Amino acid sequence: MQAEAPDQRTATGMAALQLEDAAVSRGGRSIWKGVTLRVETGEYVAVLGPNGVGKSTLIQAILGLLPLTAGSLEVFGRPPHEAASLLGYLPQRHSFDSSMRLRARDLVRLGLDGDRWGLPLPFAPGRREIARRLDEVLEVVGAAAYAGRPVGELSGGEQQRILIARALVRGPRMLLMDEPLESLDLGNQQAISALARDICRSEGVTVIMVAHDVNPILGDLDRVIYMAGGSAVIGRPEEVITSEKLSALYNAHIEVLRTSDGRLFVVGQQPEAISYHAHD
Amino acid sequence: MIDALNQLFAYQFMQNAFLAGTTAAVLAGIVGYFVVLRGEAFAGHTLAIVGFPGAAGAILFGLPQLLGLAVLCTASGLGIGVLGRGALRDRHAESAAIGTIQAFMLGLGFLFVSLYRGLLEGVYSILFGTFLGVTRAQVVLLVAIALVALAALALIGRPLLYLSVDEPAAAAAGVPVRALSVGFLVVLGLAIASTALITGALLVFALLVMPAAAANQLVARPGLAMLASVGLGLVIVWSGLTISYFTDLPIGFLVTGVGFVIYAAARMARQLSGA
Repeated sequence: MQAEAPDQRTATGMAALQLEDAAVSRGGRSIWKGVTLRVETGEYVAVLGPNGVGKSTLIQAILGLLPLTAGSLEVFGRPPHEAASLLGYLPQRHSFDSSMRLRARDLVRLGLDGDRWGLPLPFAPGRREIARRLDEVLEVVGAAAYAGRPVGELSGGEQQRILIARALVRGPRMLLMDEPLESLDLGNQQAISALARDICRSEGVTVIMVAHDVNPILGDLDRVIYMAGGSAVIGRPEEVITSEKLSALYNAHIEVLRTSDGRLFVVGQQPEAISYHAHD
Repeated sequence: MIDALNQLFAYQFMQNAFLAGTTAAVLAGIVGYFVVLRGEAFAGHTLAIVGFPGAAGAILFGLPQLLGLAVLCTASGLGIGVLGRGALRDRHAESAAIGTIQAFMLGLGFLFVSLYRGLLEGVYSILFGTFLGVTRAQVVLLVAIALVALAALALIGRPLLYLSVDEPAAAAAGVPVRALSVGFLVVLGLAIASTALITGALLVFALLVMPAAAANQLVARPGLAMLASVGLGLVIVWSGLTISYFTDLPIGFLVTGVGFVIYAAARMARQLSGA
């Protein structure tokens, strides 16, 4: 891991996310270690890297679902289990098929009070407040028009907007998204990334998105966390996705190719581990 | 019409049958919504099979039939949940555990029947249902079981809905996934025991799955879908009992027949409405 300058680490205000020499293992196997990085409040950051490198594990660690084996991890200056109310989470998932007959609006509502015991009373005093909040968040993600339809009947892109609305409904300060662009067509990938950027800019929400391919989101991102070889680096895409940086990280010869329209392709000696970047 | 109604409720066994059927339809309608949502029909089928040794064993040992059903169905629900780790993520483990329990229970039921020779005629009603011989004491026990199960479901309903729809998100929100998954299988056991009293062990889906699956075709709001499921369940059980009383056709056929027609109609209605 590239150590950042100490003055930068203690710079303006509180970091949204701060890892210091952090390590995680699963079933006794080290996933990544020595990770030191800092994400500023209001940044839009993508987490990139080959399959199985521990991108989702990083999300789990931020959520406090997986303890660190070494080092520290702070979310807005707090340990993860105390920061749960500040986080919105969109898990990696397959799309809902047509048998899922729950209304999209009800799915969003689960993000608001789905973890509460007991039944919501039909004429409870907070009912209007809840309806107003649902309308508001559905408006933010541009899903108001189809919120009354069963979620299984919506397209992949529409479902993803609904899930983002659910993750946002409690007004989190950080939005964690695990592969939200997977199985979307290119147009929808760009649209969801633009939505993430807008949420980031207009609501001041820090967005951390695990992504498969950097190209559809390259123009929207502030920085990338690139994970490989059991560790990670963070920086602006043009700083991190370079032949030198990635060769050092993978500990293998890696070449980064840039097409005339600015797209990046990572190629190297371990094609099955890396070539996913060139899938389009 | 009035005459027919008077005739229908003239005997206490018929009043008991209606009380028991109504209670079972309400409980199974609501539990069934979650069975359909969670895709746990196979677990439901197994717990229903367990009803066979439950009822047969109760008769063999001179206990109330409903007690045998309730004890064995909830115990098996617990067993499936614990052995199968009770989570959607472990579908394969759960499916293997379910299959194992199902085969053993069916064999156990056969053993009980063999041991108690006089039971042989009762086998049909244990498997395919009867509305004869529901006692007032059984109705009281049934209502008590239903109240316990519905209270439990009212408590866990919302987080259960969340985890049924999106388990990783629910887990991240602090919903106790494992405990709720197992807890639901126990509630399912209670619902199946209640239903099996009327429909027989093999035909509990008439009230557990058919109304909920039809309701799920018609409405997409959880609360309304549960209400619709209960409503359709009541239509099934009331019409089944009435027709059976006046025609002597078997109740097991009538409840599943009405249920099938309702489900097919709901599918067609959804197709036609273009939704």
